[in-house]
Amino acid sequence: MIGWWISDSRRLGVQAHGLLRAHKWWLLRRISQLSVLGLFVLGPMAGIWIARGNFAASEIGGVVTLGDPYIVVQSLFGGSVPALPVAGGALIVLLFYLVVGGRVYCGWVCPVNVVTDAAHWLREKTGLTRDRKLDRRTRLAILGSTLVASVLTGTIAWEFVNPVSLLQRAFISGIGFGWAIILAVFLLDLFVSRRAWCSHLCPVGAFYGLVGKGAVVRVSAANRDACTDCGACFTICPEPHVIVPALKGNESPVILSGDCQNCGGCIDACPVDVFRVSTRWNRPAGRGGQA
Amino acid sequence: MASSKRKMNRRTALAEAARMTGAVCLGGFSLAALIQSTAKADARAMRPPGAQPEADFLSACVRCGLCVQACPYGTLSLAEWGQEPPVGTPFFTPREVPCYMCRDVPCARACPTGALDSTIAIRDAEMGVAVLVGHEDCLNYKGMNCSICVRVCPIRGDAITLEPGEANGRAIMIPTVHSDHCTGCGTCEKHCVTGHASIRVLPRDLGLGGQGRNRAGRAT
Repeated sequence: MIGWWISDSRRLGVQAHGLLRAHKWWLLRRISQLSVLGLFVLGPMAGIWIARGNFAASEIGGVVTLGDPYIVVQSLFGGSVPALPVAGGALIVLLFYLVVGGRVYCGWVCPVNVVTDAAHWLREKTGLTRDRKLDRRTRLAILGSTLVASVLTGTIAWEFVNPVSLLQRAFISGIGFGWAIILAVFLLDLFVSRRAWCSHLCPVGAFYGLVGKGAVVRVSAANRDACTDCGACFTICPEPHVIVPALKGNESPVILSGDCQNCGGCIDACPVDVFRVSTRWNRPAGRGGQA
Repeated sequence: MASSKRKMNRRTALAEAARMTGAVCLGGFSLAALIQSTAKADARAMRPPGAQPEADFLSACVRCGLCVQACPYGTLSLAEWGQEPPVGTPFFTPREVPCYMCRDVPCARACPTGALDSTIAIRDAEMGVAVLVGHEDCLNYKGMNCSICVRVCPIRGDAITLEPGEANGRAIMIPTVHSDHCTGCGTCEKHCVTGHASIRVLPRDLGLGGQGRNRAGRAT
C-alpha cells in the first residue's frame, strides 16, 4: 500500500524499492538541513556553543571562521574591503561548493528549500498544477540587480530582502514581521508557478549555480540504457532541464549543469536505478559515448 | 526572454544581451530605491562600540550576529523585520539594556568583517552621546538633588558632571555631558527616573551642536 501523502513522482520508486529507499536522499537532505541549522541554534537555545554566528558568517569550534561568499561579493561591490577572517571564510566555503556542487547549498543547507518543497508537495496534492511559466534566467537578472544595487547604495543590497537570511535568523536570533516574506515565497510556489522561487528567482541559487558549473561531485545517468521513460525523475527534479542531455543525449551521462542541486531526487524516484552519484569525469566503460 | 536553445545569430544575441541588461537595470534600480527608503539608522538604535560610520557599516556588516552572541549582558540584538535599523544589523536600545563597556570589548573583537573596529579601546568608543533633552522634567532642574545619571555613569566624574546653575532664581546643579569623554553607553538613560528618560543617548551627529558656523542660507 502506498499512502496518499507520497508524492506522485516517488510512487514508482516506492513500489520498486520500498518506502525507505525511495526517500533515502530526501531523508539525508532533511537531516543535513536540520543539523546545520541545529548547530547554530544549540548555542543561543541550549548554551552549547559548537557554532557561533549564523549562515552569513560563523565561527566553528572557536577555530575556523566561515563566511557566505555571495554576501562577501556584494560587500565588495558595496565598496567595502572585507576583513581577513570573513574573506578567508568565504573562500573556504567557496572551495567547498566548487567541489561538492554549488547548488548543494540549495538542496542540503538552505532552510527555504524546506518551505518550497512543502509548497511543491501541497501544490501536487491539491491539484494546483496550472503553471505560469517563468524564465529560469530571471534569477541571473536578479543576481545582477543585487550587485548593481550594492554599488548604487553602498550596502549589501540583497540582505535587505533575502528570505534565506531571514529564515535562518528566525531560528537563531529572530525574524519579526519577516515571516510575511517567507509566507510570500510559500504562496508564490504554491499558487503562481512550479518551483518559482528556488528554480527561477532566487539570486542566491543563481550565484551557487555559477559556482557549481565545474563541480566535481555530480549525479550520473550511468545506467541510462535501462530507462523506461516513466518520467519520475523529470517530475521530482527541481531543475528538470538538467536531466535531458545526460539521460537522452549521446554525450556524457553525467549531469553537468550548474543548476543541478545534487539533491538525489532522481536517484530516489527512479524505479530502475538509472542514476547514481559520481564525479564529472566518470564515464562508465562500454557505455555513455555511443549509447 | 527567448529560449536559450533558439539558434543565435548576432542580431538575436545582441537583442538578448540588451534585454538582460535592461532587466538587470530595472531590478537594480528598484532594489536600490527600496534600500534608500529603509536604510536610515534610527536615532533610538545605537550601534555596538567600534562601529564604522553608518554608510561604511552597511557595506561591511554581513549580519552574522557574532557580536550579539559575544556580548555577556544581552545588550545587542540583530534587527528583526519591522524594527528601526536595517534588518539583520546589530543594535541596542539604551533604555532597555545599555552597553556595560567591557574592558576587553568582546563584541568588537568577535567581528569578522571589520564593520566593528576590533582594536578599539572602550573609552574611545563613540556609540552616541548623552544629551539632557528633558529640562522640564529633570529633577535636578526642579531643584532636587537626583543626580542619578551622574552617579551611574561608568566614566564617573568625566563624562557627566554637575555644574552650578540657576533656575527660577534658585541655585541648581545641572547634569552636564562632556562629549569628549562620553561614549554613548546609555547607562544614564537606562537609570533616569523620569518616565521617558530626561537624559538620552543620541547619535553624535544629532546630539552635538558641531563646531564652526552655520553656512546654510548665507553668502560665503
